Amino acid sequence: MNDPINVLTLFLFNIILVNIPLLYGTVGEILVEKSGSLDLGVEGTMAIGAIFGYLAGCAANSLAVGLLVSFLTAGLCGLLFSLLTVSLQANQNVTGLTITTFGLGLYFFVGKGIGERWPAMTASEGLVKGYASLEFPLLSKLPVIGKALFSHNILVYLGIAIAIAVWWYLNFTKTGLRLRAVGENPGAADSVGVNTLLYKYVHLIVGSGIMGLGGFYMALYMSGSFEGSNCWINGYGWIAIALVIFANWNPALAILGTLVFGFFNTLQIYSGPLAGVFPGPLGWLNAIPPQLYKALPFLITAIVLVASSVRKREGSGQPAALGLNYFREER
Amino acid sequence: MEKQQYAIEMRGICKSFGSVAANKNVNLNVRPGEILALLGENGSGKTTLMNMLSGIYKPDSGVILVDGQEVVINSPEDAKRLGIGMVHQHFKLVDIFSAADNIWLGDDKSGAILKKDRYTTVRDMAQKFGFDIDPRKKVYNMAVSEKQTLEIVKVLCYGARIIILDEPTAVLTVQETAKLFDVLRRMKASGHAIIIITHKLNEVLEISDRVAILRKGEYITTVDTASTDEQRLTEYMVGRKVELNIQRPVVEKTRPLLELRDLTIKNDEGAVAIDQVSFYIRGGEILGVAGIAGCGQKELCEAIAGLRPIEKGMMIHKGANIVGLPPKAILEKGISMSFIPEDRLGMGLAPSMSVTDNMLLKKYDQSKGPFVDRKTGRAEAQQIIKELEIVTPSTETPVRRLSGGNVQKVLLGREIKAGPNVIVTAYPVRGLDINSSYAIYDILNRQKKDGVGILFVGEDLDVMIDLCDKIMVLCHGRVMGVVHAHKTSKEELGLMMTGALDLRNKHEDKPAGIARDSRIEDREEEEG
Repeated sequence: MNDPINVLTLFLFNIILVNIPLLYGTVGEILVEKSGSLDLGVEGTMAIGAIFGYLAGCAANSLAVGLLVSFLTAGLCGLLFSLLTVSLQANQNVTGLTITTFGLGLYFFVGKGIGERWPAMTASEGLVKGYASLEFPLLSKLPVIGKALFSHNILVYLGIAIAIAVWWYLNFTKTGLRLRAVGENPGAADSVGVNTLLYKYVHLIVGSGIMGLGGFYMALYMSGSFEGSNCWINGYGWIAIALVIFANWNPALAILGTLVFGFFNTLQIYSGPLAGVFPGPLGWLNAIPPQLYKALPFLITAIVLVASSVRKREGSGQPAALGLNYFREER
Repeated sequence: MEKQQYAIEMRGICKSFGSVAANKNVNLNVRPGEILALLGENGSGKTTLMNMLSGIYKPDSGVILVDGQEVVINSPEDAKRLGIGMVHQHFKLVDIFSAADNIWLGDDKSGAILKKDRYTTVRDMAQKFGFDIDPRKKVYNMAVSEKQTLEIVKVLCYGARIIILDEPTAVLTVQETAKLFDVLRRMKASGHAIIIITHKLNEVLEISDRVAILRKGEYITTVDTASTDEQRLTEYMVGRKVELNIQRPVVEKTRPLLELRDLTIKNDEGAVAIDQVSFYIRGGEILGVAGIAGCGQKELCEAIAGLRPIEKGMMIHKGANIVGLPPKAILEKGISMSFIPEDRLGMGLAPSMSVTDNMLLKKYDQSKGPFVDRKTGRAEAQQIIKELEIVTPSTETPVRRLSGGNVQKVLLGREIKAGPNVIVTAYPVRGLDINSSYAIYDILNRQKKDGVGILFVGEDLDVMIDLCDKIMVLCHGRVMGVVHAHKTSKEELGLMMTGALDLRNKHEDKPAGIARDSRIEDREEEEG
């Protein structure tokens, strides 16, 4: 632990390991927001994906089942959101908050209901194995970055692959183009024959499903230990919503946003060790009160939100019709 | 000659929204290679009727036939497949997309992947129809006429044979309108069936082959354009004889009431919206402001009302500087503003509040004590309802429920009630039908006779030439000159609006917009 290289390596390793769930949440929310829906239910959606994915994964003793169930149950949250806001024209903000409240409530309800019979992750070989680190041949042997970048569990790589895939989908496919049009000006998309209703439904469901995968990741990262007081998601859903703005609705930039945010998030834990092994250049890290480290991610979020609010309309990736329900016959 | 089959035929179409019937038993038909004008006042159901062809609404009853075949149009997708394309009044374009992407959106022939060659494909297609567009240009960088061209290219690219244009000339200059009409004639020659919605009679007579007239949702008749004239069309449209002359009473003018000198104002984005503009308004005159939409008209009105900071320049009211005064102080000096934005309710009135409460909005602080004095407000509301013949169930009806013309009368009525000496009014007849428009002109003329100075920001050049004493033309925030309304022409104004004609220094001894008997010089002499 006292080897400087080792501390640095672990610090970098953890930036990625701990914060990838944010990437899932952010990319899912980007997909949702690009369809013009502002879903504030990320926290609840991730919680539902987490708990049901975990329980199903344990029961089936399989990572794949866990992934699938977390995707589907979180996708149901997206379906609920679509039914309420797209078909029934409910207010999106209120619906999103409702889903968060509902998701967290269901999380604790199920967890506490199971009580003693809660399955331990160690009992499920499938999950433990599936979550184990994968070492890239050769690359993982590189000093520092080998460990930090190339020996993560499969969900880390899946998250990054999803982010890149969504980026490609949005910018280089015709469905992506139409999706962006639906989020920008649903009336225009509708008038040229794009099925706006279908686009909103599909992307809300898929986007929510991706958030659910992030929740499942959190469950595994927390080793599946259910505590009655604190949800696994622990505010990551809210931070994901802010990261969407930080990333300017660009899934590729979301990877960068996750790392920047993760840097400060992880610094909170590693400030002591880093100051210990690099007393010269980094000794001042110890002089900062620990409360500030705790507040840092949220301070950064606040600064990012202020900074991005002054961005000009043309450069902004924010869909123009974000948060507005669309009804064709409205006059 | 065998009778040619109709491209579109609508029979007995009815459509209501709640208890309001928007279309009652409407019949309409148009042949290939023909231009049909759909004429009617606002609220007569023209757009509703066309939206049933474009798939936005579904008719409650009635039949639609395309090429003689009965069809059901459930969505814009169906309309597109049937070869019906509509250019909506408010363009249906995605601002941040390029021209090509806006067309590509609705294309279902090319593959799933976006390829670079879509730009050349779109340019080639546009050229095939005789248009020259820049496929990479983003819509937010386009002028209104370019957007309209893009909309037309778009429907042509989708293979539309029946093209509907909803008030296409409302946003165009005279020259652009002429160009559009050339395009329409070309499309007509190539066998397209065209329906054009408008309420401008001269355009109907110029471009159409036949005219279908709607009044209050009811189908009146269809006539051959060649066998009719403006007077008869108006009668069909309004239902009775209407005097089509706007009065321009001659009133003795006072010294300048409001003078602006070298005024520079920035818009919300921080760009210069009004660039060193000088003009003056005398008591007893109407100064018109002409210009393409978005040339700084809004910013100018807001600055005069004190709602927008002034970067540079002077604003002198009766010899006193009013730059930097808060809106309320400006109001108290007797300068009133009524701006009718595009959505018509956005500025000046609170839509869900009653007529009475809206009357009170500007004088809530004049009543004594902490409570609202509704009694005087109600009395005033009753008075303007009577004076301006506002149609409303009661003084307590939310303004939102009134029709457009009556809303605008409430707004103007309140402003006039305060007894202003300068009225700034922007688009007061926006979206109003002939009757209501004339009522508004009448109100303004009465104020003018009382010695009020009026700044009239308008859209319709014909009206401005008839109503205003002088017309100032803005082009991208700069004054292109101030001309006497009875000495100018639409063509001259149109050229000035596009910046092609600059009359700022027409009179060598007197630059445009600076009064010979300015009070600013008095001030400077006093100071000096």
